[in-house]
Amino acid sequence: MASWLSTDTKVVVQGLTGREGKYHGLAGRDYGTQVVAGVTPGKGGTAVEGIPVFDTVHEAVAKTGANASLLFVPPPAAADGIMEAADAGVALIIAITEGIPVNDMIRAKAFLAERPGVRLVGPNCPGVIRPSAKVKLGIMPARIHRPGKVGIVSRSGTLTYEAVGQTTALGLGQSTCVGIGGDPVNGTNFIDCLTMFKDDPETEAIIMIGEIGGSAEEEAAEWIAANLKKPVASFIAGRTAPPGRRMGHAGAIISGGKGTATEKVAALRAAGVLVADSPALIGETLMQAIKG
Amino acid sequence: MKVHEYQAKEILRRYGVTTPKGHVTDSPEEARQIAKDLGGKAVVKAQIHAGGRGKGGGVKLAKTPDEAFEAAQKIIGMQLVTHQTGPEGRKVKKVLVEEAANIAQELYLGITLDRAIGKPVLMASKFGGMEIEEVAHRDPSAILKEPFDAIAGLAPFQARKVAYALGLTGETHKKAVPFLLALAKAYVETDCSLAEINPLMITAEGDVVALDAKMNFDDNALFRHLDIKEFRDLDEEDPLEVEASKFNLNYIKLDGNVGCMVNGAGLAMSTMDIIQYAGGSPANFLDVGGGANEEQVKNAMRIILSDPHVKGVLINIFGGIMRCDVIASGVVKAVKEIGCTIPVVVRLEGTNVEEGKQILRDSGLAVIPADGMKDAAEKIIAAVKKGEN
Repeated sequence: MASWLSTDTKVVVQGLTGREGKYHGLAGRDYGTQVVAGVTPGKGGTAVEGIPVFDTVHEAVAKTGANASLLFVPPPAAADGIMEAADAGVALIIAITEGIPVNDMIRAKAFLAERPGVRLVGPNCPGVIRPSAKVKLGIMPARIHRPGKVGIVSRSGTLTYEAVGQTTALGLGQSTCVGIGGDPVNGTNFIDCLTMFKDDPETEAIIMIGEIGGSAEEEAAEWIAANLKKPVASFIAGRTAPPGRRMGHAGAIISGGKGTATEKVAALRAAGVLVADSPALIGETLMQAIKG
Repeated sequence: MKVHEYQAKEILRRYGVTTPKGHVTDSPEEARQIAKDLGGKAVVKAQIHAGGRGKGGGVKLAKTPDEAFEAAQKIIGMQLVTHQTGPEGRKVKKVLVEEAANIAQELYLGITLDRAIGKPVLMASKFGGMEIEEVAHRDPSAILKEPFDAIAGLAPFQARKVAYALGLTGETHKKAVPFLLALAKAYVETDCSLAEINPLMITAEGDVVALDAKMNFDDNALFRHLDIKEFRDLDEEDPLEVEASKFNLNYIKLDGNVGCMVNGAGLAMSTMDIIQYAGGSPANFLDVGGGANEEQVKNAMRIILSDPHVKGVLINIFGGIMRCDVIASGVVKAVKEIGCTIPVVVRLEGTNVEEGKQILRDSGLAVIPADGMKDAAEKIIAAVKKGEN
């Protein structure tokens, strides 16, 4: 399977009438993305810069053929918005919202489990971009990206930009970049993205950016060792973070001695992944991985 | 968010979890009366958020109401130092006075999120009264883990299974099952991130009682638990962190001398890392967030500078939603208003980077521009070292 985004991707923005929804929805359209609809309950029948707004996602899908959602719904209602999009048959849901209660996400994930065709990316993430198709579903600055061959997956938004900036400067460019988000319970994980990159003809090399907390990086390392032939470089944020303190992301916490950067780096290195010691060296480390 | 033991017990009782009889107070006189009402013998427990209170002298057994008075007098107002408070300790404002029970056995119960499977997991162990991390380290098989469905809740068969695994039989087993179900219900319904009963006491009479209780709550869900939100005790938090939270800034105080202002949690962590690689030590973690305005940036700068240990500031911004010009204006305003005599290194990249750099150049301030994170870290460390000489 190739990238989740293509020139056929038609986007409905949930929360298009809000400040961020409008700004990033329009920025996506400016980049070349087909932004076909907005949804805000109670504002159906209006429009934002020519984009029709509907009361429900079901209506937006029926009238515009939207097949992807970019979600900016405020935290208390965001999980409900995810379930609404899934129920309306939207195959790709990108949830940008930060601060969704964990129990709401557990409920939404159970709802999605019954709909195997639906992919959720996030929440609390920068989104997904594919420069070659000029499709951007997210809040990343478009101008730092270039069409190219590096697939990037990250738990952190601004660190993704750092990796993008470095690969652009090195002339490698990006195939697809996915921010999976910093929450403890999320939709798409590292392995989902690595599986996509493995089969994506546009992706020739991969950058995976992790951070302290949880064990997703360790699981990804195991998967890479068993399944992936493409070169992989990595960076783990939070090597100097003190245990027991939540470093911004709800998921970034070292608890009970678990989830430390040291463990993650060791697991990745054991899997043959080159791990950059400094965030400034992500691009260079990838170059080394490509040279083998 | 964390709460005190007496508050956690109050919440748990609403769900039917058995706790010892007792009351909280800030007066030694009242402590005497509570002990008297409990039959004379009582335990007086300091109420602070940190663990390890017993070893630090914050828990005392009183055989008479007068002893309860004396214990409360000693504990209230003391600066209690435990392995979790740091050397400066925490001031005790209140004590919980509880009946002294006849302990036959001490067990452990905890519920937290198992991120790998996205479900809450009930953990139980026969080794109560000690830190569960220690138990896990020594013998992982000594901790039983029972994941359960957050929507359906802990099923009675799961509670029975766990109670048997703890070695509980007969009447005690019959009491443990509803105890476990109540604890799990409280965890889910109040949006806990951690609910821990350590120790869980089995009394000589075979009763099942939460001798201690610890509850942490999902900050993102507090909007639907206004009663629990009321339990927040600002005295237990770092004053600068409290100040930062007023402006929706994610600030964590650390021990170093290089103040950091960064957008994005991952980049903020990496900035701390790269400062250490360059031979320095970060004074804080600070994520100004995605959509910060000038006012927030200004306050972020003010908070960083109000830490007396800070000898230099590194501003590292990769603008996505966050615009570099907004950061630059906020920093300029803050420095002009507060006055800043220590070196400031600024690395700007991303959205509106040229506008941002221009604002800094036009300000006439002596900020040091940097290209890339490595350059920024090296420049601030060099500037701080120069200032020390």
